[in-house]
Amino acid sequence: MTTTAIDKPEKKATATASGEAVIAIKGLSKAFGSNHVLKNINLELRKGENVVVLGRSGTGKSVTIQCIVGLLKPDEGSVKVFGEEVSDMDEKELKDLRIRIGFLFQSGALYDSMTVRENMEFPLTRVLKIKDQAEIDKRVQSVLESVGLADAIEKMPSDLSGGMRKRAGLARTLIVDPEIMLYDEPTTGLDPITSREISELIISIQKKNKTSSIIITHDMECARIASDRVLIMDDGEYVAEGTFDALHQSKDKTVASYFNQS
Amino acid sequence: MADEIIIPGYKRWLESIGDQVGFFFSFFRNLFTGGFEWSEFVRQCYEIGYRSLLLVGITSFIMGVVLILQLRPTMVAFGAASMLPRTLSVSLVREIGPVIVGIICAGKMASSIGAELGSMKVTEQLDAMEVSGANPMQYLVVPRILATTFMVPLLTLLGDAIGLFGGFLSVNIRDSISFKLYFTKVISILDFSDFLPALVKTIFFGFAIGFVGCYKGFHSNKGTESVGIAANSAVVTASLWIFVIDAIAVQITSILFY
Repeated sequence: MTTTAIDKPEKKATATASGEAVIAIKGLSKAFGSNHVLKNINLELRKGENVVVLGRSGTGKSVTIQCIVGLLKPDEGSVKVFGEEVSDMDEKELKDLRIRIGFLFQSGALYDSMTVRENMEFPLTRVLKIKDQAEIDKRVQSVLESVGLADAIEKMPSDLSGGMRKRAGLARTLIVDPEIMLYDEPTTGLDPITSREISELIISIQKKNKTSSIIITHDMECARIASDRVLIMDDGEYVAEGTFDALHQSKDKTVASYFNQS
Repeated sequence: MADEIIIPGYKRWLESIGDQVGFFFSFFRNLFTGGFEWSEFVRQCYEIGYRSLLLVGITSFIMGVVLILQLRPTMVAFGAASMLPRTLSVSLVREIGPVIVGIICAGKMASSIGAELGSMKVTEQLDAMEVSGANPMQYLVVPRILATTFMVPLLTLLGDAIGLFGGFLSVNIRDSISFKLYFTKVISILDFSDFLPALVKTIFFGFAIGFVGCYKGFHSNKGTESVGIAANSAVVTASLWIFVIDAIAVQITSILFY
């Protein structure tokens, strides 16, 4: 499966190791009934790095990032974030960890009974327990400006377009200054122009906030713009890894099938 | 290809019971630890309770009118027409009022809570809340269950009063009785043993409605049809619980008071 341009993930992770690993996944397996979604996954995310995970629907990409935040428990293997084993964490440790990780859901997952402002305020008042309204207003204004949604502050999520909802969802995760960002198909369902805007936003966030990111996507343009490193996942395993350009030139049939569609 | 693992029905049922027990204890743990969401509680009291007022009021009024119309021929035949207000009062306050209001609330509140939380689950809002470090149990479940527990008894009291008023108008269709005399008769027959058990059981009705609605919504599957299933299942289960609690309450009341 691998070519000269593509190394096995374990080898590549070691070879490209340049900074501190903020996420280290070893031998991760997860099954739902008889459906083995993840099979012995290994992945390292280095500080300040953007890793894009490509793969067909149902190959276990989203399950991987759900294991990272403790939404799902692995059947086997180890998931360490900031050096701590996620499955060994108690409720409080998990909460503290989650504050340091931003998770952008595919739909944006805005709380639809709240306005955009209330959505932004929610993590500040309920998670960070900030009481000072002036501080809250300042942060809300600042984060909405950074995603270009300052004018939509009083709107309900139902009044927003798909792209605006994604940006609002992104703003809500960014408002607590996470160190790691996990993006679950950030451009799915958006038009090419909005997709590009979101991809560029991801890059600007990484540069500004010095975050490390894992981006799950099918969108090759997003992968091209946002990736430092690309992993290709097929049938619950990583089948190839490399830079976007290296994989683009690959002669491997599976790898080429992703790039030829674009 | 791996063989399909078939989980037997009884095992799934036992798992569901275990989940519900876990959810029950999780509710109490979150009730007594961490901050209480007062603003959300008040909002839910408004959404769940205040917005059910009209439905409960109309139903209770009709109930009072119809009960008198149904009772009257028999009572007249036995020469006991003057007992109509007292008969209505006892039957309404002890049994019919709480059960009917409980069933109406189960239909309105449990379905709305089940559908709302089910929809939040489908659209990943519950997951988003959890991964942000916030506690969905504390923010969503505790205020809703407390709101139904608080509002169902209040709605029942109000329903009883409106039902008795409906009875007064109904009595006056054929007979003539003053408002003062009617309510003197209504109140005089009621004592502590009629009023208190009925009120206590509505507290349990309210808890059951909120609990079932929240549990069904929280544990719905991830698909749009699951929202409908969660709402429907919440109504059916909550209604069933109303009758089960009522049967238990009647037994306990008869042992303690009669």
